[in-house]
Order: sequence, then structure tokens, then C-alpha cells
Amino acid sequence: MDLLDPLLLARWQFGLTTLYHFLFVPLTLGMALTVAIFQTAWYRTGNQKWLHLTRFFGKLFLINFAMGVVTGIVQEFQFGMNWSSYSRFVGDVFGAPLAFEGLMAFFFEATFIGLWIFGWDKLPKGVHLATIWIATAGAWFSAYFILAANAFMQNPVGYRMAQDGGRAEMDDFLAVLTNPVALAALPHTLFAAFMLTSGVIISVSSWHLLRGQHLEMMRPALKYGLWGMIVTFAGVAISGDQLSLVMVATQPMKMAAAEALFNSACGADASFSLFSIGTPDGTGEIWSLRVPYLLALLSTHSFDGCVEGINDLNMQYTTELFPQFADQVDGNFAPILWVTYWSFRWMIGLGAIAALTAVVGLWLTRRSAKRPVPAWAWKLAIWAWPASLFAILIGWIFTEMGRQPWIVFSLMLTQDGVSPNVPGWNVVLSLVAFTLIYAILAVVEIGLIVRTSKRGPDPLPDPDAPPPPEGALEDTPTTVY
Amino acid sequence: MDLAYLWFFIVGFLFVGYFVLDGFDFGVGMSLPFLGKDDIGRRQIINTIGPVWDLNETWVIVAGACLFAAFPEWYATLFSGFYLALLLILLALIARGVSFEYRHQRDSLRWKRGFDTMIVVGSAVPALLWGVAVANIVQGVPIDVNHEFTGSLLTLLNPYGLLGGLTTLLLFFTHGVYFVALKTDGRVREDARRLAARAGLATIVVAAAFLVWTVFNALSAGAPLVGVVIALAAVAAVCLIASWLANARGVEGWAFGFGAATIVAAVLTLWFALFPNVMPSTTDPAYSLTIENASSTDYTLTIMSWAALIFLPLVLAYQAWTYWVFRKRVSRSRIERAAAAAAH
Repeated sequence: MDLLDPLLLARWQFGLTTLYHFLFVPLTLGMALTVAIFQTAWYRTGNQKWLHLTRFFGKLFLINFAMGVVTGIVQEFQFGMNWSSYSRFVGDVFGAPLAFEGLMAFFFEATFIGLWIFGWDKLPKGVHLATIWIATAGAWFSAYFILAANAFMQNPVGYRMAQDGGRAEMDDFLAVLTNPVALAALPHTLFAAFMLTSGVIISVSSWHLLRGQHLEMMRPALKYGLWGMIVTFAGVAISGDQLSLVMVATQPMKMAAAEALFNSACGADASFSLFSIGTPDGTGEIWSLRVPYLLALLSTHSFDGCVEGINDLNMQYTTELFPQFADQVDGNFAPILWVTYWSFRWMIGLGAIAALTAVVGLWLTRRSAKRPVPAWAWKLAIWAWPASLFAILIGWIFTEMGRQPWIVFSLMLTQDGVSPNVPGWNVVLSLVAFTLIYAILAVVEIGLIVRTSKRGPDPLPDPDAPPPPEGALEDTPTTVY
Repeated sequence: MDLAYLWFFIVGFLFVGYFVLDGFDFGVGMSLPFLGKDDIGRRQIINTIGPVWDLNETWVIVAGACLFAAFPEWYATLFSGFYLALLLILLALIARGVSFEYRHQRDSLRWKRGFDTMIVVGSAVPALLWGVAVANIVQGVPIDVNHEFTGSLLTLLNPYGLLGGLTTLLLFFTHGVYFVALKTDGRVREDARRLAARAGLATIVVAAAFLVWTVFNALSAGAPLVGVVIALAAVAAVCLIASWLANARGVEGWAFGFGAATIVAAVLTLWFALFPNVMPSTTDPAYSLTIENASSTDYTLTIMSWAALIFLPLVLAYQAWTYWVFRKRVSRSRIERAAAAAAH
């Protein structure tokens, strides 16, 4: 293998920066909503505990948000830097949702977050509350446009080929925006983002409750996190089921690869393997633990449905659908199977574990509970955060690796999308530089988040203390660098 | 009318917005070692851009996305061709962005000085390299028949490109120092006015040389709109001198306003010198990327035009409102009060 192979390096870089970007984005999506809800509770009830929770989770939100922005720029520049052939080929279609995201969503989000951070003592209460809701809406719209762009890579719609065959040209923007993959991926992604946020809140509040501190604020926060986790897990499961139906319809190879299913199967034979050991070359199976019917049910919502296998799909792709690409991929249109097989299972498994902690938590903290929550349960609950975070990251690995070997399914192979004129050493240099700076920042960021989480919210004011002099509070700036 | 021509100017408008807005906060970042004598002073300086640096930076993301959508060929050639320059800009922007958010998270002088250094370097590198990049786009670079850039990073480091970089570096620096003078009080404000007077002179010399060179290039290349180029270069020169005079007279708002106008006129000078190319080829003029051969289809551009028509005025309105909300000067006593409140 050539170590300076620009294709391999560009792929590593894309994977790395995408995952790194996605360490921060889902928490931004969910935490913005949480902060908005807490602040609304304070606005309506005037209860100080909601204000302090708003400020506290707001701090975590902002540490996280900065990283989301700076890694987002890299994400956008990368298409042109490393994937210029891809950009030339699909820019007419793919660029538009990105431009819309900037004009209609990202400007809103960034501007109103700035207003929210620094506007505490400058804006009327109601206007200030509105800024965080507008920022939240901006973040969600961003997510939608980005998912619409990604959906074009998974399932290209709304385009026709240019007369010289040199590029895809948009002919139906509405179709691009209502791509079934985008419509199914949006709720799945948003629910997953809220699930992660719930995980963060469960972890942080459990940590404080284990130590018996900030009880009056951390108890309602825990309840919010536990119920949030249960509700959003249901949402993730239902939307994930919808997404897999769309996936089977649009990218059958991805579903076959998720199950490492080599030969088409129907009904009871279309079983879902919980665990499997394959041959070293990944072309066969030695042993597996299986649930009959489950794959048929997942893929088609019917007990006697049929699921196409990798071998049959390869035959179909090579001879009928994409013969012009067959030589380039040696007749094998399947992604790397061990990656898709295991990422699919870890995504579901870690999500289920996170949801399980919430079920146990709700049971142990129920109103009629006789005994106090044991220490081991609090410690266990702290894992809700990493479990849900890794579930999301691995979900993206599955989505993007499952798309291979295509950069745009049915239109362009990943190997044809790379920049032809960028030497390998340039990509090495940028890969090393990004990896280094990301690693350093990850250490700093995790350190700051853990520190801020442990410090907890500011204590509630002492009800017996004399009130501060008139005007002193309004004049004290709440946020300065 | 052909929409691609409209989009050439919309993309230009977005880059003008980006250079005017992020330009002054690059300058504010670079001014830290000159104006920030102590930690309170440095916080005072950073807080002048605290609420707005992030929305200023979004302009480059939107400009990049619109360039991608409206001119995919231009985007692909430019971003893959200027790979290492853009890599340096990205690393600088990452370091700078997180430094604003992280420097105040710990009360340790070493921690803060580390992030201050990153703010200075992270502001200076893009301020220099954006100028190098844009000057090279206008002058032309080696591009082959497939629209692929065939040079290297060294290709960009030619005299005209470097002078362009030095011009933006100085222009943004002075523009940022005017902003500090406008938005602070006390010693920082006094120091900023003095520094701007000195830095402004160097800026006038360098920027004038760059504008003259640009006009000569446009004349010798036979740019179709050379009259507009000359007029805009003249406007830029007048605004540049006016901003220096306004600063000398102590009218800070006018100094900053003329500084912004200088950048607007200078970027427009370059844009009209480029017209109707988007990236001329020095290999063979026939290989040049032009507004017509680099653009998206009319269908895509029509949809994008509607989005821009509706949303750009809205963006300008709420961003202007943001600047209005934070219109007050950042006073030294305000930072001291906040520090005291945080200590409790």
C-alpha cells in the first residue's frame, strides 16, 4: 500500500474531521433547546433555580459551540481542497443546500448566540429569551440543510446529467429538499442529538447527586434528563426504523452490508444476527447467534419479506445497473463488511444501554421508592453521556462507510472524486496538522467541560441575606472574556 | 440578464462583508501585544469584539458555500490549488476561535498568555494570507486545460501576491486599531489612537503601491472595466487618507467608517479588475476560468438568487441590530466589576 496515496489520506481526513465535527454538533442541537426550555421556565415562574440551571448548562453549551464552529469551516473547505473532482461534478446540486444553510440558518444561529451570551444585561428579558429560541431554530435548520446535502450523496434525486455527461445539474430543488433519505434522517439525527443531551444532563446531575450537592437544582435536572432520554430513545428507534425502510429501498447494499448477508433471504431465513464470526477474508461466516424473521421485519415490515444479499446485488450491479463502474471496483460494490456489520450493532447497542440507564434511573428515583439510590447506580448513570455520544459517532461511521464505494450512489465512485492535482504529501501534512491540533483541543475541551461540570451551578442566593442595593445587579456585566 | 454575472457580484459582496467585518477583528487580535499592557486591558480589547467575532466569521463560511454553489469550477480549482495556504488559514482560524472562548475559563496567567499568543498569530496569518490569495486570483495563476492549478505554494509567493498580503495585513491591523479606539476608554483608547496614527502611515504607503500596481495590471491586461477599476482605486485611496486624518483629529467613528470604506473600495477594485474572469490562467488565456464557464446552471442560480434576495437584507438588518445592542464602549471599570462579581 502506498503511504502517500492521496485517496486513502483524503478519506482518512474526511472521516476524522467529520467525526470530530460531530463530537460537538449534536450536543449543540440538543443543548440549545434544553437551555431555551430552562430559561423559559425561569421566565414564566421566576424561580431562581431555573436561571442557575440555564447559566450552568449554557456554559457547557458554549464551550462546546466554539468547537462546532471552527471544525465546521474545515468541513466546508475540505470539499474543494481534497475532493475537487467531486465538487466540480455535483456542485450545481450539492452546493445549493450548503449555500441555503449559510444564508438561512447559520447566520441566524451565530448572530443570535452572540446576542444571547452577551445580551443578558443589555436586552429586555423577553427579547433575550427569544434570542436563544431563534438560535435553536437556526441550529435545527442548519441540520436539515446539511442532511439534505448528505442525502444527495446517499440517494441522488432532483438532477439530470449534463449533455456532455461531465456533471450533475439540478432540475428539481424541491426534490433535493424532500429527498426521502433527508426526511427520514432529520428526525433520527435530531432525536439522537436530544438523546445525547439527555445523557449529558443525567451524567452531570448524577455526579452532583452522588456527592449530595446542589440537590434543589440537580434533582429537577435529573428528572428532565431521564424523561428526555426515554422519550428521545423512543423517537430514535421509530425514526431509525423508518430510515432503514428508506435505506432498503434506496441503498439495498447498505442493509445487506449491515447484516453481512451474502445471499438473499426471505421470511424466517432473513434472520438478524446479534453476534457473528466471519472468515478472515470477510467473504463467509463461521458462526453466529441469530433471531429469525427479525431482518425481514426490519427491512420490509413484514414477516415473509425478502432481503437482497450482497452476492445477488453485486451480480445485478455488475451486469445490469452499473457495468461501467464494475471494473474499477473488481465487481464488488459492497462496503467494508466488518465496519458496517459492527458499527450497525454498536450504534443500536450503545443507544439501548443509554436508554436502559434512564429506565433504571426512573425506577430508583420514583416518588414511592422506599430506599435511597445506591452509590453504584449514580456511578453507572454517569456513563449515560459517553454511551450516547459513541452511539451517535458510530451511527455516522455506519452511514458514511455504508455508502462506499460510492461518493454519490450510482453516479460517482469515491476514488473518482478526489483532487487530482493535490500531492500526497500535502494531504499528509494537513492530516498530521489537523490530527495534532484536534488532539490537543480535545484534551483542553474535555478538561474544561469536566471542570465546569464538576464546579456545578452557582449556589442559589441565601433567602435570609439582605437584598443587594438597587441597580447594582443590572450594571454588573454577566459575560466578559 | 445572465444570473452568473449577478452572482459574481453577490459572491463579491459576501467577500467584501467578510473582509470588512473579520478584517477589523483580525486587527483587534493583532493589536493585543501593542495595546494590552495588563490582563484587564487585554480583556477590554478582546471584549470589543466578544459579541461579534463569531458572526463576522460566519461571512467566510457563507461566502465559501455560495462560491461552491454558484461557481463549482472556481471553488474546485481555487480550493484544491491553494491547498497549503488555505490549510494555514484554517489552522489559524481554529486556534483563534477557541482561544476567545477558552482564555477566560481559568484564572491562570500562563493559561491566558498562551491563548493570547494564539489570538495574535491566529489573526495575523489569515490577515496576510487572504491578501496573498486574492491578489493571486486577480493576477492569474498557472491553470491547465482541465481547469487544474499546476503550481505550488511558492507560485503564490510572487512580488504582487506578497504585496497584496502585506496590504491586507496592514489594512486590517489599522482598521482594528481604529475599532479599539472607538470602543474602549482610558489608556487603551489613547494608546490605540497613537498607534493608529503610526500604523496608518505605513498602510498608506503600502496600500497605495498595491493599488497602483493593480491598476497597471488591469491596464496592460486590457480589463474591460478598467475605468471602474481606476475610479474605485481612487476612492479607496481617498478613504484611506481620510481615515488617517479623522484619527489624527480624534473623530474615532469617522476614522473607523472611512477604514471600512477603504476595504470595501479596495476589494471592489480587485473584483472589477478580475471581471469577466474568475481565475485567469497564466499558462494560456484560453484555459482561464470565466464567469460563464465556471458557473452553475441558470436553474440553480435562479433559486439561489431568490434566497439571497430575501435573506441577505434580513441578515444585514439583524446583524446591524446586534452592533446597535452592543454599541457602548467597553470600559475598564466594567471588566473590573465583572472580575469582582466572578470572584464571589
